[in-house]
Amino acid sequence: MGGLTQIILLTLYVSGSAVVLAALLGVPAGTWLGLQPKANVRGLTQLIYTLMGLPPVVGGLLIYLLISRKGPLGFMGVLFTPSAMIMAQFLLATPIIIGLTSTSVRAKGTEVVDTLQSLGAENKLILRTIMQESRFGIFAAVIAGFGRVIAEVGAVMMVGGNIENHTRVMTTAIVLEVRQGNFSFALTLGLILLIISFVINAGLYRLQAGGRDE
Amino acid sequence: MKRVGIFIVLLLIANLFLVSCNTNNDAAEPVELILATTTSTFDSGLLADLLPQFEEKHNMTVKVVSLGTGQALELGKNGDADILLVHAKTTELEMVAEGHFVDRHDVMYNDFVIVGPTTDPAMVKGSASVDNALAAIAQQESSFISRGDDSGTHKKEVALWQAASIAPAESWYVSAGAGMGDTLRMADEKESYTLTDRATYLAQREQYDLEILYEGDANLFNQYGVMAVNPDNYPDIQYEAAKVLIDFFISSEGQEAIAGFKPYGDTLFFPNAD
Repeated sequence: MGGLTQIILLTLYVSGSAVVLAALLGVPAGTWLGLQPKANVRGLTQLIYTLMGLPPVVGGLLIYLLISRKGPLGFMGVLFTPSAMIMAQFLLATPIIIGLTSTSVRAKGTEVVDTLQSLGAENKLILRTIMQESRFGIFAAVIAGFGRVIAEVGAVMMVGGNIENHTRVMTTAIVLEVRQGNFSFALTLGLILLIISFVINAGLYRLQAGGRDE
Repeated sequence: MKRVGIFIVLLLIANLFLVSCNTNNDAAEPVELILATTTSTFDSGLLADLLPQFEEKHNMTVKVVSLGTGQALELGKNGDADILLVHAKTTELEMVAEGHFVDRHDVMYNDFVIVGPTTDPAMVKGSASVDNALAAIAQQESSFISRGDDSGTHKKEVALWQAASIAPAESWYVSAGAGMGDTLRMADEKESYTLTDRATYLAQREQYDLEILYEGDANLFNQYGVMAVNPDNYPDIQYEAAKVLIDFFISSEGQEAIAGFKPYGDTLFFPNAD
């Protein structure tokens, strides 16, 4: 049971860190993108949308080539560590958070900007108001990013290596159990993963809905 | 709202530190060694049986990454593993000659068997040689599932078809691109033949209606070798530790432990270090 607890904690650590980092970059970037005139950022937007569909194993392969001992970041020696897994999941979550944030900011943005500018508000206040107004959409973006990374297996398998007690997370553990033919245990792990996702999403949803009642 | 967000972030980060501290404090700085190996040695439970005694004795942590042989060799070439335990002897020797690996030793062998549906539509059972067995499958155009993943098992299978001078046709030859367990499951579901190592088959046989239909040909022996990544290419890999583990595998202690590994009553890997 100790092994399972560790797997669960590592899963939360890796996916949680990846999403927090992705949100720190993705929410401001998405807000910026959503505030630009559409015509100016068409190419960039299309690129982001495309990257939202990046296959996890390709993301994993890119990170592997980057951090392999032969790669440009090889000196860091992070391959087969949780840090490598965070890097790969960060790569997967960031486009989703940027893309969805920009969409929701764009939906609210222009109207708010126009109103506030006519009232003579400072840029700082404008930005704050927009993020406040778009918070449901931004929350949804972060939740979607989290859903993507906690469920993916290709990238963490590639750069984590599924090493027992070190880099084994829920999804790679499930793959291993399936490979060894332990279907019922694999299914149990899958159920646990779903329950964890449910609890976390329920918590985030409460925060999101709580905002509405205020 | 913003405060809530910051609170979550802090909570998460705090959590994360807790987790990472836990994993860091587990042992008193043992040397960490990355062993890239095939799914067969790992999934059969051999390494889980062998390594703990070694780790304790030498204060090392062996991190096992189990992959197909093709990927394991590639990782080794890139210096991303310290030591390899794989089964593709010809390729291994080539790569040693090319300077990618050093200190290669035979460790043990297991054998491959041809499994298939109990009905045995191609009448493989009782074939005089592995060539005849494959010829029977080809002649009946009975469905055959290949690993198709460039693993040691896949390479072996390709070599066997070549030795039998048969070019499998797409109509009955399926390239799965999957590990041994997945391939066995596919063969079971599709009532097909496949080539498998005995260990994986025995470990999972209760779940399948597959039966061993051909075994025993000397060409079906599957030699495992151990080798270290060449430290001249990557000075900061754990070469010294890798050598200690190689010595363990080929020592009488290690060899006896391999012979004594009998999870299903029979010896799965036969030690034959030189």
